[in-house]
Amino acid sequence: MVEFRDLGTSPDEVQFRFRDDEPVDHGTVTVDSCCDQTNATAVRIEPGDDARLLLPFLDRLALVEVNFPSFTDGRGYSAARILREAGYTGELRAVGDVLIDQLSHMRRCGFDSFAPDRRLDEDDAARAFATWEQVYQRAADTRRTIADKRHEA
Amino acid sequence: MYKYDQYDQAMVDARVEEFRDQARRRMEGSLSEDQFKPLRLMNGLYLQLHAYMLRVAVPYGTLNSRQLEALADIAEKYDRGYGHFTTRQNIQYNWIKLEDAADILADLAKVEMHAIQTSGNCIRNISADHFAGAASDEVTDPRPYAELLRQWSSFHPEFTYLPRKFKFCVIASEKDRAAMRLHDIGIRIVQNAAGETGAQFYVGGGMGRTPMIAPLIRDFVPIDQLITYAEAALRVYNRYGRRDNKFKARIKILVHELGAAEYTRQVEEEFAHLLSVGVEPPHEELARIAAHFVAPAFVDGPKTLDRSDPDFALWVDRNTHRHKHDAYVSAVISLKPAGGIPGDATAQQMRVIAKLARNYSFDELRVMHTQNLLLPHVRIADLPAIWAALDAAGLAAPNMDTIEDIIACPGLDYCSLANARSIPLAQRISERFAKSGRTEVVGELKLKISGCINACGHHHAGHIGILGVDRKGTENYQLSLGGSEAEDVSLAKITGPGFDEDGVIAAVEKVTDIYLAARADGERFLDTYRRIGMEPFKEALYG
Repeated sequence: MVEFRDLGTSPDEVQFRFRDDEPVDHGTVTVDSCCDQTNATAVRIEPGDDARLLLPFLDRLALVEVNFPSFTDGRGYSAARILREAGYTGELRAVGDVLIDQLSHMRRCGFDSFAPDRRLDEDDAARAFATWEQVYQRAADTRRTIADKRHEA
Repeated sequence: MYKYDQYDQAMVDARVEEFRDQARRRMEGSLSEDQFKPLRLMNGLYLQLHAYMLRVAVPYGTLNSRQLEALADIAEKYDRGYGHFTTRQNIQYNWIKLEDAADILADLAKVEMHAIQTSGNCIRNISADHFAGAASDEVTDPRPYAELLRQWSSFHPEFTYLPRKFKFCVIASEKDRAAMRLHDIGIRIVQNAAGETGAQFYVGGGMGRTPMIAPLIRDFVPIDQLITYAEAALRVYNRYGRRDNKFKARIKILVHELGAAEYTRQVEEEFAHLLSVGVEPPHEELARIAAHFVAPAFVDGPKTLDRSDPDFALWVDRNTHRHKHDAYVSAVISLKPAGGIPGDATAQQMRVIAKLARNYSFDELRVMHTQNLLLPHVRIADLPAIWAALDAAGLAAPNMDTIEDIIACPGLDYCSLANARSIPLAQRISERFAKSGRTEVVGELKLKISGCINACGHHHAGHIGILGVDRKGTENYQLSLGGSEAEDVSLAKITGPGFDEDGVIAAVEKVTDIYLAARADGERFLDTYRRIGMEPFKEALYG
C-alpha cells in the first residue's frame, strides 16, 4: 500500500465526536511505522492489521483511526474492543465506509468519533445512536447489560 | 418454556422499529440496495426467484400454541396459506412482499417471536436437540444454555459483520439428534466426575461445498465461563477468518488451515484475556433462565395401549420416542406425507397442531431439524385421540426416520442459488416407496436432498444423499452413500457419475435392493453400508 504523508482524516472530516479534548490535528501513520518510530501519536489501523501490535505504545497514542474500506468487513470492531480492553483512552475514530446502521454497534465497541466517507443525515444518525435502549452483552462501553439490571441488588 | 420479560420485549420492539426505519430509508433512496441487503438479511428477508422469503426464528425449535397460531395467521394474511419448516428449526414463508415485512415482524413481536439474525454473516438462530427436556438420556435440558447464547448473540456489537454466517447447536446427551458436529460451533453440555456442569466445544464443522466434521477443541468449559469461551472463539474467527473468498470464509476453513491445535491455542489465549476483562453475564442469569425450563408436572398413568388398529399401532411404533417419564412419550408429527413437500404445513394444519399441543403436551411444541414437528410430552393414554386428530388433518404419516422422511431444500422451485429441483424428487421417491410398501421393509434410512452444492438439504449427512447439479444446462443428480449427522457422524461418499431425475430414483431403489439382500439381523442401511463398503453398490449401479 502506498503511504501518504497525510494519511488519515482531519478534524473537520469528523462528523460525530463524543469527547471534549482537542482533536489531534496531524496525520496518522501505519501500524508498521508506529511500531518503528517512537514519536508517533496518531495511527491508522487497516482491516488486516493486528491491533495488539499497538499495545506497547498506547500511552503515547492520542488518536487511533480504524479504517472500514467496506462496511461489511467487521474486523475493525474487534480491533476497537481490543484497544479499549487494553486500557486505551485516546480517541478511537471509525473512518471510511461508515454508515447509519453500524453506528450503534461501533459506539459499543469503543469508537468515540466517526469520520464517514460521505456525511450522514444528522437525524438518521441521532436515531441510530439511540437504537438500543437496552443491551444484552458487555462490551467496550460502560453500559449496564440487561442481565446486570435483572440481578442488581 | 422461556417467557420474555420487559427487556426481551423491548429488544424485539426496538428491532421492529429499526427495520421499519431501514425500509423507509431504502424506499426513499438514502440506502442503496447494496447497503440495505445485509440489513434485510439480518431480519430474515431474502430475495428469491419469485418473491421475498421471510425466515422466522424459532429459537432452539421451541414453540407454544399461541405462537404456532400466530405463524398460521401470518401464512394466511401475508402468504399463500402455508409455511415451510426448515433444517434450522425455523419457519420460512416464500411469498412475502417487502412492504409487509415490518408489519409481519410487529405481529411476531406480539407473541415473543422475531426474525433476528436468521440470515446474514452473523450468529444465526441457535439450534438444539428437539427432544430437549423430554429425552431420557439427557444430562440436563440444553435449552437454558441455548437461550443464554441467544441473548448474548442477539445484536452482538462485535460480531455482526463476520466473514460468513455462523451456526451454533447445543445438545446435552451422548446421542446427537441435532447434527451438532456439523455446526460452526457445536456444544455438548456435560457433567464431569465432580458432578459439575460444563460445555464441550466442537468448532469448525459444517456442510456446504467443503463438508467438515468439527474437531473437539475443549473438553470442558466450566459453565460459568460459557459465554466468555464463545466470545473468544468468535473473536479469533472475526479477526482471522478469510474474507478474500466467500467460499472459504466459514470458520471450518480457518480451523482447517490453521489446524485445530493452533486455532485452539489462539482461542485459549483470547479466552484467558477475556476472563480478565469480564464479559460473562452474572451467574444468576443462567439460573433465572433455567427456571423457565423446569419440567412440567408429569403424572403417572397407563403405559400400555390398545394396539388393535394396525395403522395406529404402526404410527405409535414409528413416530413416538421414549420419554424420561414412562407414562409419556414424545410424538413426532410428520410433515412428510407420501408425495408431499417436505416441511410444508398449511395454516389449518398448524392450528390443529397448536390445539393438540395445548390439550395434550403442556402447551409445548418443537420444530425438528428433520423438518417435522413434535409434541414433546404426551401421555401414552392420550395417543389414540392425538393420532385420530392428526390422521384427520393429513398429519399421521407413520414414517419418522424412514426413506419417506426426506430432508430436502427448497431447490430450484424457489431458491435463486439452486441448480436443480429437490422437491419433486422428494415427492416422487416418497410416493414410490409408500406405494410399494417398501418403506417399512427398509426401516431406518435417512435420505437427504440438496439442490446445489451449498447443501441446505444436508446431503453430505444422508445415509443416502442426493446432490442436484447443473450439467450442461440440464438437471443432474449425484448419489452419495454413508453419511450420518448423528453421534456416529460421517460424511457421505459419491457413488460415481450422476443420473437424470428418473435415473436417480431408480438408483435409490437399486441401492435399497443391495441393502436388503446383504443386511444382517438388526442392521440399518448405514450399518450394512459400513460393513460391506461402497463396491457392491457401485457394481449394482454402474456394473
